[in-house]
Amino acid sequence: MEAPHEQWPDAVPVVRPYAMTSGRTTPVRGAFDLISIVLATRPPEHDDGLHPESAQIIRHSQEPVSVAELAAELDLPAGTVMVLLGDLLAQRLIVTRSPTPARGVASRPVLEAVIHGLRTL
Amino acid sequence: MDSVRSDAAPVVLPTAVKILIAGHFGVGKTTMVGAVSEIRPLRTEEVLTDAGIGVDDLSGVEAKTHTTVAMDFGRITISRDLVLYLFGTPGQDRFSFLWDELASGAIGAVVLADTRRLKESFACIDYFEERETPFVVAVNCFDGGDRFTPADVQLALNLDPGTPVLLCDARDRTSSRTVLVALLQHVLSLPV
Repeated sequence: MEAPHEQWPDAVPVVRPYAMTSGRTTPVRGAFDLISIVLATRPPEHDDGLHPESAQIIRHSQEPVSVAELAAELDLPAGTVMVLLGDLLAQRLIVTRSPTPARGVASRPVLEAVIHGLRTL
Repeated sequence: MDSVRSDAAPVVLPTAVKILIAGHFGVGKTTMVGAVSEIRPLRTEEVLTDAGIGVDDLSGVEAKTHTTVAMDFGRITISRDLVLYLFGTPGQDRFSFLWDELASGAIGAVVLADTRRLKESFACIDYFEERETPFVVAVNCFDGGDRFTPADVQLALNLDPGTPVLLCDARDRTSSRTVLVALLQHVLSLPV
Protein backbone atom coordinates (compact mmCIF):
# COMPACT_ATOMS: atom_id res chain seq x y z
CA MET A 1 0.00 0.00 0.00
CA GLU A 2 1.19 3.46 -0.81
CA ALA A 3 1.21 6.05 1.92
CA PRO A 4 -1.45 8.76 1.36
CA HIS A 5 1.10 11.44 0.55
CA GLU A 6 2.35 9.37 -2.38
CA GLN A 7 -1.11 9.21 -3.88
CA TRP A 8 -2.07 12.85 -3.40
CA PRO A 9 0.46 15.41 -4.56
CA ASP A 10 -1.18 18.17 -2.51
CA ALA A 11 -0.68 16.21 0.70
CA VAL A 12 3.13 16.12 0.67
CA PRO A 13 4.96 16.63 3.97
CA VAL A 14 5.12 20.29 4.99
CA VAL A 15 8.88 20.34 4.70
CA ARG A 16 10.25 18.57 1.65
CA PRO A 17 13.39 16.51 2.19
CA TYR A 18 15.42 18.76 -0.09
CA ALA A 19 14.47 21.79 1.99
CA MET A 20 15.84 20.15 5.11
CA THR A 21 19.19 19.77 3.46
CA SER A 22 19.07 23.13 1.66
CA GLY A 23 19.01 21.25 -1.59
CA ARG A 24 22.22 19.34 -0.89
CA THR A 25 22.39 15.72 -1.87
CA THR A 26 25.82 14.76 -0.60
CA PRO A 27 27.10 15.02 2.97
CA VAL A 28 29.67 17.71 3.77
CA ARG A 29 31.70 15.25 5.74
CA GLY A 30 31.97 11.50 5.92
CA ALA A 31 30.81 8.76 3.62
CA PHE A 32 27.73 6.94 4.75
CA ASP A 33 25.92 3.92 3.47
CA LEU A 34 22.78 2.21 4.72
CA ILE A 35 24.62 0.15 7.30
CA SER A 36 27.04 2.81 8.53
CA ILE A 37 26.75 2.77 12.31
CA VAL A 38 26.18 6.08 14.05
CA LEU A 39 26.46 7.05 17.72
CA ALA A 40 25.69 10.44 19.25
CA THR A 41 28.47 12.03 21.25
CA ARG A 42 26.08 13.87 23.55
CA PRO A 43 22.78 13.35 25.27
CA PRO A 44 19.80 14.89 23.48
CA GLU A 45 19.28 17.80 25.87
CA HIS A 46 22.50 19.39 24.64
CA ASP A 47 21.15 19.80 21.17
CA ASP A 48 18.99 22.88 21.40
CA GLY A 49 19.32 24.93 18.29
CA LEU A 50 19.56 21.96 15.93
CA HIS A 51 16.95 21.48 13.25
CA PRO A 52 14.19 19.20 14.53
CA GLU A 53 15.31 16.34 12.27
CA SER A 54 18.90 16.61 13.43
CA ALA A 55 17.76 16.68 17.06
CA GLN A 56 15.74 13.54 16.31
CA ILE A 57 18.85 11.86 14.94
CA ILE A 58 20.69 12.68 18.16
CA ARG A 59 17.82 11.24 20.19
CA HIS A 60 17.72 8.04 18.16
CA SER A 61 21.47 7.48 18.16
CA GLN A 62 22.16 7.38 21.88
CA GLU A 63 22.98 3.73 21.23
CA PRO A 64 24.74 2.59 18.06
CA VAL A 65 22.26 2.57 15.19
CA SER A 66 22.46 2.15 11.43
CA VAL A 67 21.64 4.81 8.85
CA ALA A 68 18.84 2.57 7.53
CA GLU A 69 17.24 2.40 10.97
CA LEU A 70 17.51 6.16 11.44
CA ALA A 71 15.89 6.74 8.05
CA ALA A 72 13.05 4.38 8.96
CA GLU A 73 12.56 5.98 12.40
CA LEU A 74 12.56 9.51 10.99
CA ASP A 75 10.52 8.49 7.95
CA LEU A 76 12.97 10.31 5.68
CA PRO A 77 14.79 9.12 2.57
CA ALA A 78 18.14 7.58 3.46
CA GLY A 79 19.93 10.16 1.27
CA THR A 80 18.47 13.02 3.28
CA VAL A 81 19.52 11.39 6.54
CA MET A 82 23.06 10.98 5.20
CA VAL A 83 23.29 14.71 4.46
CA LEU A 84 22.07 15.58 7.96
CA LEU A 85 24.54 13.09 9.41
CA GLY A 86 27.36 14.75 7.48
CA ASP A 87 26.52 18.04 9.19
CA LEU A 88 26.36 16.38 12.61
CA LEU A 89 29.69 14.68 11.96
CA ALA A 90 31.27 18.03 11.00
CA GLN A 91 29.93 19.42 14.29
CA ARG A 92 31.32 16.38 16.13
CA LEU A 93 27.89 15.56 17.48
CA ILE A 94 28.12 12.00 16.21
CA VAL A 95 30.81 9.46 15.58
CA THR A 96 30.47 6.92 12.82
CA ARG A 97 31.96 3.70 11.72
CA SER A 98 33.02 3.92 8.10
CA PRO A 99 31.00 1.89 5.65
CA THR A 100 31.97 -1.64 4.88
CA PRO A 101 35.41 -1.96 3.37
CA ALA A 102 35.82 -1.47 -0.33
CA ARG A 103 34.62 -4.49 -2.29
CA GLY A 104 32.71 -5.46 0.80
CA VAL A 105 34.76 -8.51 1.61
CA ALA A 106 34.04 -9.37 5.19
CA SER A 107 36.92 -11.15 6.88
CA ARG A 108 36.81 -14.86 7.52
CA PRO A 109 36.50 -14.45 11.32
CA VAL A 110 33.53 -12.13 10.82
CA LEU A 111 31.80 -14.64 8.53
CA GLU A 112 32.49 -17.44 10.99
CA ALA A 113 31.12 -15.36 13.85
CA VAL A 114 27.92 -14.70 11.91
CA ILE A 115 27.50 -18.44 11.18
CA HIS A 116 28.08 -19.24 14.84
CA GLY A 117 25.62 -16.58 15.90
CA LEU A 118 22.91 -17.77 13.52
CA ARG A 119 23.28 -21.32 14.77
CA THR A 120 23.25 -20.55 18.46
CA LEU A 121 21.01 -17.52 18.90
CA MET B 1 28.47 8.96 33.23
CA ASP B 2 30.36 10.29 30.27
CA SER B 3 28.46 13.21 28.90
CA VAL B 4 30.80 13.87 26.01
CA ARG B 5 32.49 11.35 23.77
CA SER B 6 34.95 12.53 21.22
CA ASP B 7 36.40 11.20 17.99
CA ALA B 8 39.63 10.65 19.84
CA ALA B 9 38.11 8.41 22.49
CA PRO B 10 38.24 4.72 21.67
CA VAL B 11 34.53 4.33 21.03
CA VAL B 12 33.86 0.82 19.85
CA LEU B 13 31.06 0.75 17.35
CA PRO B 14 29.79 -2.59 16.16
CA THR B 15 30.75 -3.97 12.77
CA ALA B 16 27.74 -4.14 10.50
CA VAL B 17 27.42 -6.62 7.67
CA LYS B 18 24.61 -7.11 5.23
CA ILE B 19 23.00 -9.83 3.20
CA LEU B 20 20.53 -9.15 0.41
CA ILE B 21 17.30 -11.05 0.05
CA ALA B 22 16.43 -10.81 -3.62
CA GLY B 23 13.84 -12.22 -5.93
CA HIS B 24 10.82 -11.23 -7.96
CA PHE B 25 7.76 -9.42 -6.67
CA GLY B 26 5.68 -11.48 -4.28
CA VAL B 27 8.19 -14.30 -3.80
CA GLY B 28 8.42 -13.81 -0.03
CA LYS B 29 11.41 -11.50 0.52
CA THR B 30 9.85 -9.47 3.31
CA THR B 31 8.45 -12.67 4.81
CA MET B 32 11.95 -14.10 5.06
CA VAL B 33 13.37 -10.86 6.47
CA GLY B 34 10.60 -10.87 9.07
CA ALA B 35 11.12 -14.54 9.94
CA VAL B 36 14.73 -14.08 11.00
CA SER B 37 14.83 -10.44 12.12
CA GLU B 38 14.79 -9.57 15.81
CA ILE B 39 12.84 -6.43 14.95
CA ARG B 40 9.70 -6.05 12.92
CA PRO B 41 10.91 -5.38 9.37
CA LEU B 42 11.51 -1.67 8.91
CA ARG B 43 11.11 0.21 5.69
CA THR B 44 13.54 2.74 4.33
CA GLU B 45 12.76 4.80 1.31
CA GLU B 46 15.03 6.44 -1.15
CA VAL B 47 14.02 9.18 -3.54
CA LEU B 48 15.68 8.62 -6.87
CA THR B 49 15.99 11.29 -9.48
CA ASP B 50 15.95 10.50 -13.17
CA ALA B 51 15.07 6.97 -12.25
CA GLY B 52 13.13 6.52 -15.44
CA ILE B 53 15.92 7.14 -17.93
CA GLY B 54 15.87 4.53 -20.61
CA VAL B 55 13.25 2.36 -18.98
CA ASP B 56 10.12 4.44 -18.78
CA ASP B 57 7.50 4.14 -21.45
CA LEU B 58 6.84 7.86 -21.33
CA SER B 59 8.92 8.49 -24.43
CA GLY B 60 9.41 12.12 -25.18
CA VAL B 61 8.69 13.27 -21.66
CA GLU B 62 11.74 15.28 -20.70
CA ALA B 63 10.85 16.18 -17.14
CA LYS B 64 12.94 14.68 -14.38
CA THR B 65 11.31 11.77 -12.68
CA HIS B 66 11.38 11.32 -8.95
CA THR B 67 10.72 7.79 -7.89
CA THR B 68 10.43 6.55 -4.37
CA VAL B 69 11.84 3.10 -3.84
CA ALA B 70 11.15 1.22 -0.64
CA MET B 71 13.29 -1.48 0.87
CA ASP B 72 12.32 -3.60 3.83
CA PHE B 73 15.07 -4.61 6.17
CA GLY B 74 15.68 -6.45 9.40
CA ARG B 75 18.42 -6.89 11.95
CA ILE B 76 20.08 -9.76 13.78
CA THR B 77 22.44 -8.79 16.58
CA ILE B 78 25.14 -11.44 16.57
CA SER B 79 27.09 -9.93 19.46
CA ARG B 80 27.89 -6.56 20.97
CA ASP B 81 30.42 -6.06 18.22
CA LEU B 82 28.65 -7.54 15.23
CA VAL B 83 25.27 -6.85 13.67
CA LEU B 84 23.81 -8.49 10.57
CA TYR B 85 21.35 -6.54 8.43
CA LEU B 86 19.09 -8.17 5.87
CA PHE B 87 17.78 -6.06 3.03
CA GLY B 88 14.94 -7.09 0.79
CA THR B 89 15.74 -5.70 -2.65
CA PRO B 90 13.03 -3.80 -4.48
CA GLY B 91 11.20 -6.25 -6.70
CA GLN B 92 11.19 -4.35 -9.95
CA ASP B 93 13.91 -4.95 -12.52
CA ARG B 94 14.03 -1.28 -13.39
CA PHE B 95 15.54 -0.50 -10.03
CA SER B 96 18.61 -2.58 -10.67
CA PHE B 97 20.77 0.55 -10.52
CA LEU B 98 19.63 0.91 -6.93
CA TRP B 99 20.77 -2.64 -6.35
CA ASP B 100 24.30 -1.47 -7.14
CA GLU B 101 24.23 0.68 -4.05
CA LEU B 102 22.62 -2.07 -2.04
CA ALA B 103 24.88 -4.82 -3.32
CA SER B 104 27.99 -2.80 -2.66
CA GLY B 105 29.49 -4.13 0.54
CA ALA B 106 27.09 -7.06 0.82
CA ILE B 107 28.47 -10.41 1.96
CA GLY B 108 26.21 -12.06 -0.56
CA ALA B 109 22.63 -12.62 -1.58
CA VAL B 110 19.82 -15.07 -1.20
CA VAL B 111 17.79 -15.36 -4.41
CA LEU B 112 14.34 -16.50 -3.38
CA ALA B 113 12.58 -18.40 -6.13
CA ASP B 114 9.15 -19.83 -6.77
CA THR B 115 9.05 -22.95 -8.94
CA ARG B 116 5.82 -21.75 -10.54
CA ARG B 117 7.56 -18.61 -11.80
CA LEU B 118 11.15 -19.74 -12.17
CA LYS B 119 11.89 -17.66 -15.24
CA GLU B 120 11.21 -14.52 -13.22
CA SER B 121 14.35 -15.30 -11.25
CA PHE B 122 16.64 -14.98 -14.24
CA ALA B 123 17.09 -11.20 -14.03
CA CYS B 124 18.18 -11.47 -10.44
CA ILE B 125 20.54 -14.37 -11.02
CA ASP B 126 22.11 -12.67 -14.06
CA TYR B 127 22.66 -9.55 -12.00
CA PHE B 128 24.54 -11.30 -9.20
CA GLU B 129 26.50 -13.49 -11.61
CA GLU B 130 27.64 -10.42 -13.56
CA ARG B 131 28.57 -8.57 -10.39
CA GLU B 132 30.27 -11.68 -8.99
CA THR B 133 28.26 -11.32 -5.82
CA PRO B 134 28.10 -14.73 -4.13
CA PHE B 135 24.55 -16.07 -3.89
CA VAL B 136 22.48 -19.11 -3.09
CA VAL B 137 19.09 -19.91 -4.58
CA ALA B 138 16.41 -20.71 -2.01
CA VAL B 139 13.21 -22.16 -3.40
CA ASN B 140 10.35 -20.94 -1.28
CA CYS B 141 8.04 -23.93 -1.02
CA PHE B 142 4.65 -22.32 -1.24
CA ASP B 143 1.75 -24.52 -0.31
CA GLY B 144 0.52 -26.14 -3.44
CA GLY B 145 3.62 -25.25 -5.47
CA ASP B 146 5.13 -28.02 -7.52
CA ARG B 147 7.86 -29.73 -5.61
CA PHE B 148 11.08 -29.91 -7.52
CA THR B 149 14.37 -31.22 -6.31
CA PRO B 150 17.25 -28.75 -5.93
CA ALA B 151 18.91 -30.53 -8.88
CA ASP B 152 15.85 -29.82 -11.07
CA VAL B 153 16.01 -26.15 -10.14
CA GLN B 154 19.76 -25.99 -10.72
CA LEU B 155 19.23 -27.35 -14.19
CA ALA B 156 16.19 -25.21 -14.98
CA LEU B 157 17.97 -22.04 -13.95
CA ASN B 158 21.17 -23.06 -15.71
CA LEU B 159 23.16 -22.34 -12.58
CA ASP B 160 26.84 -22.75 -12.13
CA PRO B 161 27.28 -26.19 -10.50
CA GLY B 162 28.92 -24.51 -7.51
CA THR B 163 25.87 -22.41 -6.71
CA PRO B 164 23.96 -23.97 -3.82
CA VAL B 165 20.21 -24.53 -4.22
CA LEU B 166 18.07 -25.15 -1.17
CA LEU B 167 14.40 -25.67 -0.49
CA CYS B 168 13.02 -23.47 2.25
CA ASP B 169 9.97 -22.07 3.94
CA ALA B 170 10.46 -18.31 4.08
CA ARG B 171 7.91 -18.04 6.91
CA ASP B 172 9.97 -20.27 9.15
CA ARG B 173 12.79 -18.85 11.25
CA THR B 174 14.86 -22.03 11.42
CA SER B 175 14.48 -22.73 7.73
CA SER B 176 15.41 -19.16 6.80
CA ARG B 177 18.41 -19.20 9.12
CA THR B 178 19.56 -22.41 7.48
CA VAL B 179 19.51 -20.56 4.15
CA LEU B 180 21.62 -17.72 5.58
CA VAL B 181 24.13 -20.19 7.01
CA ALA B 182 24.33 -21.95 3.63
CA LEU B 183 25.09 -18.62 1.98
CA LEU B 184 27.84 -17.79 4.49
CA GLN B 185 29.38 -21.25 4.09
CA HIS B 186 29.27 -20.80 0.34
CA VAL B 187 31.09 -17.46 0.67
CA LEU B 188 33.71 -19.07 2.91
CA SER B 189 34.24 -21.86 0.37
CA LEU B 190 35.06 -19.44 -2.44
CA PRO B 191 38.68 -18.75 -3.27
CA VAL B 192 39.87 -15.51 -1.68
